[in-house]
Amino acid sequence: MEPSSPGIARHVKEALLWALLAFVLALPLIGVETFPAVTTLGLRPRFGAVAIVVAVVFVARLLLVGLTALRKRRIATLIEKPVRPLAGLASPRVARIVGLLFLAVAIVLPFLPLDNRRYLIDTATVLLIYVMLGWGLNVVVGLAGLLDLGYVAFYAVGAYCYALVAQAFGLGFWECLPLSGALAALFGVLLGFPVLRLRGDYLAIVTLGFGEIIRIILVNWASLTGGPNGISGIPRPSFFGLPLTPTGGFADFFGIAYSPDQRVIYLYFVILALALGTNLLVRRLRRLPIGRAWEALREDEIACRSLGINPTLVKLSAFGTGAMLGGFAGAFFATRASFISPESFTFSESASILAIVVLGGMGSQLGVVLAASFLVLLGELGREFAQYRMVVFGACMILIMIWRPQGLIAHREPSVRLKADAAQS
Amino acid sequence: MSEAALLEVEDLSMRFGGLVAVDGLSFTARAGEITALIGPNGAGKTTLFNCLTGFYRATSGRLLLHHPTRGDLRLERMEGFRVAAEAGVVRTFQNVRLFPRMTVLENLIVAQHRALMRASAFSLAGLFGLERYRKAEAAAVARARDWLERLQLLDRADHEAGTLPYGAQRRVEIGRAMCARPILLCLDEPAAGLNPRESANLNQLLAEIRDREGIGILLIEHDMSVVMGVSDRIVVLDHGKRIAMGSPEEVRRDPAVIRAYLGEEEDEDLPPEVAADLGRDGHP
Repeated sequence: MEPSSPGIARHVKEALLWALLAFVLALPLIGVETFPAVTTLGLRPRFGAVAIVVAVVFVARLLLVGLTALRKRRIATLIEKPVRPLAGLASPRVARIVGLLFLAVAIVLPFLPLDNRRYLIDTATVLLIYVMLGWGLNVVVGLAGLLDLGYVAFYAVGAYCYALVAQAFGLGFWECLPLSGALAALFGVLLGFPVLRLRGDYLAIVTLGFGEIIRIILVNWASLTGGPNGISGIPRPSFFGLPLTPTGGFADFFGIAYSPDQRVIYLYFVILALALGTNLLVRRLRRLPIGRAWEALREDEIACRSLGINPTLVKLSAFGTGAMLGGFAGAFFATRASFISPESFTFSESASILAIVVLGGMGSQLGVVLAASFLVLLGELGREFAQYRMVVFGACMILIMIWRPQGLIAHREPSVRLKADAAQS
Repeated sequence: MSEAALLEVEDLSMRFGGLVAVDGLSFTARAGEITALIGPNGAGKTTLFNCLTGFYRATSGRLLLHHPTRGDLRLERMEGFRVAAEAGVVRTFQNVRLFPRMTVLENLIVAQHRALMRASAFSLAGLFGLERYRKAEAAAVARARDWLERLQLLDRADHEAGTLPYGAQRRVEIGRAMCARPILLCLDEPAAGLNPRESANLNQLLAEIRDREGIGILLIEHDMSVVMGVSDRIVVLDHGKRIAMGSPEEVRRDPAVIRAYLGEEEDEDLPPEVAADLGRDGHP
């Protein structure tokens, strides 16, 4: 398709407009540089950099228009037959195989003879924490449709519950784990009560506030939580009562040589088991009346009420279940790091977890794994970009939202089918 | 007469500030009968439904339900969801409210939520896969399947409800309400948006529900072919007041009804086809 001359004039005009916009934005952001003067900060203009940015935007816009014109015909065919690279994952059988593949890789990963094995296991552990948090938040956001921006609060409650109880009563990780989950669930229900009438944006604001309240309490209640200094020396988990220490523990009992890797691998398997447990629980709940009620609530609350479903109970159970899973993850986080402080529970954590759920596709379990992998790997690979990491991250998010606005896996698998039922009977 | 009454509405009023939407309304609905509520737009029909099903709290008056097993219940005092859960008064909506991203079958199973929750001990029995829950779920699926068969939706069972054509969505909504085991079914304009053939099928379906289930049906409807064809009794509202009540024949001849519909008052705004239907003498 040959662009006619009035078309070109219009495109140039549009590109100029973009350049102007870039100029306005770049002037304060890029146009001024600070440098340390004797007593204060000095300012230095950088008009060259601004000019470059404006020129790049201008040319890029023109190129974009040119490319679009060139590809117009191809786009027309695209609309007829959309290309969906991840459409294959939508089929439950493929999703199952991919899931099992992930699991197999996860199990053999710690035993791979690699140079940077330690680094790999650490990264995988972090990844699994995010996967577990994503699966937990999926109950609240993906299934029940309640937008929760303060999920990290429950993660924090779980972590501090374990740290404090372990230090005060000398209990171990496995005794405290259910306690952490229960306390976080209690907090989830407590948060649920005031927000019962809220939906959408309003709910998001209140949960955001709740997350901050918890963090600020942790910072300021220094006598209990240690304030900004946090809590250190949190006990490590034991292997059926055997501590993973150089002497008198796991290594001695089995008569093998002690290696610090043993603890790392053990922690890795603990979080793998916790994450798998979460997955099983959520998948099972989805097929139970309570899970169906969560989804029905997401779809239409008024219709739920007209069918005799108590929306209060349904919402509180969603908040409670999601919070409990966050609490478990928090307890694991505390025992792994052996040190926690309010620093770890900022809003950006909540945002990351929510991003995982949204990117993955609301309600999709495999989607959460893909999105969490993407996020964590991007963070790790992005270390080389240093300060441009967040720019790359933002750009990727935008691209995914354009490419797949419903998330990576938007398919929803019905919780019950008539066909399968007919085949059984 | 009051022995057979299922629902007694007594002197019910609903005010929104200065606006009186329902004004001292009284009528009764009986089990095994279809009671139609008709009236011009803004007459207070849907407001009455909202009071009845716990979405609004009536300003004054009584809503007495003679429940066959639970005795007399005062609906106006019950919390919204309990009206459906405990009194068995289940409604549909003027603008269909399905769970669009769930399948048709799931829609019908969600309607049996309370029975399933009881069977699964609040999902705990289900969590551990106990026999008790599996049986209850199979029963729920069977009931849903039975209704899908009656509604001729069996081949659509595993489709997302939101993707069905409008007429089919209306049927799903009625099936879903029936799966909640109502004793009084409240239908808010079930024929809106249906073509004549679908309306005729709806008539048949409503008559079948009445005769086979023996429950009471309250029906708000503008489609006079449905109202006149299937109702046992008609209550006519205008400006929140009852202006007539009786069999279709009686209502058709009532001068007050003709006046309200044909509009001696200028502010009435009625679709001409409704006026024509009402004014017509012969029964279709």
